[in-house]
Amino acid sequence: MWKTFSKGIIRENPVLVLILGTCPSLAVSSSVQSALGMGIAATAVLICSNVFISALRNIIPDKVRIPAFIIVIAGFVTMTQMIVKSYAPEIDEQLGIFLPLIVVNCIILARAEMFASKNRVLASALDGAGMGAGFTATLLVMSSIRELLGSGTWFGISVTDRWAPPMLIFVMAPGGFFVFGLLVALAAKLSKAGEVTPGCPMACPGCEAAADCEQSQKGGDPA
Amino acid sequence: MKAIVAVLFTAVLTENFVLAKFLGICPFLGVSKKLDTALGMSVAVIFVMLLSTLVTWPINAYLLEPNGLDYLQTIIFILVIATLVQLVEFTLKRYLPPLYRALGIYLPLITTNCAVLGVVVLNVDRGYGFGDAMVNTLGAGLGFMLAMVMFAGVRKRLESADIPDFLKGLPISLISASLVSLSFLGFSGMAEGMFGAH
Repeated sequence: MWKTFSKGIIRENPVLVLILGTCPSLAVSSSVQSALGMGIAATAVLICSNVFISALRNIIPDKVRIPAFIIVIAGFVTMTQMIVKSYAPEIDEQLGIFLPLIVVNCIILARAEMFASKNRVLASALDGAGMGAGFTATLLVMSSIRELLGSGTWFGISVTDRWAPPMLIFVMAPGGFFVFGLLVALAAKLSKAGEVTPGCPMACPGCEAAADCEQSQKGGDPA
Repeated sequence: MKAIVAVLFTAVLTENFVLAKFLGICPFLGVSKKLDTALGMSVAVIFVMLLSTLVTWPINAYLLEPNGLDYLQTIIFILVIATLVQLVEFTLKRYLPPLYRALGIYLPLITTNCAVLGVVVLNVDRGYGFGDAMVNTLGAGLGFMLAMVMFAGVRKRLESADIPDFLKGLPISLISASLVSLSFLGFSGMAEGMFGAH
């Protein structure tokens, strides 16, 4: 039971090991506050959609499962959008288009396809919570590094900016790629998984892009 | 005319979708290993992006907004994109087999490409008219293609480079992406300089 939850945090960390959800991770990690907002919003959607899809796993026909998953996810994203807009408008402003884009966050579709559609409701909820926690934790680490180096603050609190000029490049796009690259290298070193390749929410058998995809050439499923 | 060029220029260079806005990173890292796959993916993305804007813009302007249904945007847009991708796949398979063989394999992956949903949402967020929306979409697609093709070249060089073991694979790709993105920072401010206040 604990393992279902904890695997998402380090061993199968969705961002650094499975390389899913790279776009939002890069985009919102320029400040700790927006990273935390995105982490919480995505985790909420992930838990809800995992529970819902797991409960419907025997009803959704296999052939239309991907569109069905996307609709369920889009529904929960819309609810999240409405809640964030009314209760935390400043977070809504910081996340911008990345709030509706949670719909196409590969982590959520990947967990629906690889876990929730095959497991019981409670296990799926735990899996969602664990993956969400792993996503949020990674975002927090990444945004702490970028905000500290790039603007000399942490969660908006002044830390080093009074006595050292901040390196602005770290809050801009190049800094995002750079910090992410180093963290991926560190995670690969720690998990000793060797070379990591970009993930994808689809299962390799039956995927028409398999012939051109690095993942399948390396021998199969991202999970 | 000047305004259209400004929108196009901004979308391709200063606000490059991949390198400045972080949209479409998965295909950028996943299929940029060879030049021809990078090109094929980019063409398929541009095609689906243009079609999606062509369909979603009128739906939003004439159906959702007048009826106060703005909150349904996310659901409707992703539905439209998913349906379009399927339709394009069927149509190409049936009527244009050569094109299907070239682009078909990339199509299923495009539904979850955040660049497509991203450009559609962005067009609505910025309140673009139909013309500007189409130009912005084309610019976003061309910017994606430019980044993909450039990066395919960079990765070819990386293959023969002597890289420290712990950085091999994805980490060095990301660090190179960081340098490519740094070079694009040079374009910032250029749109304002060339076309006046934007």
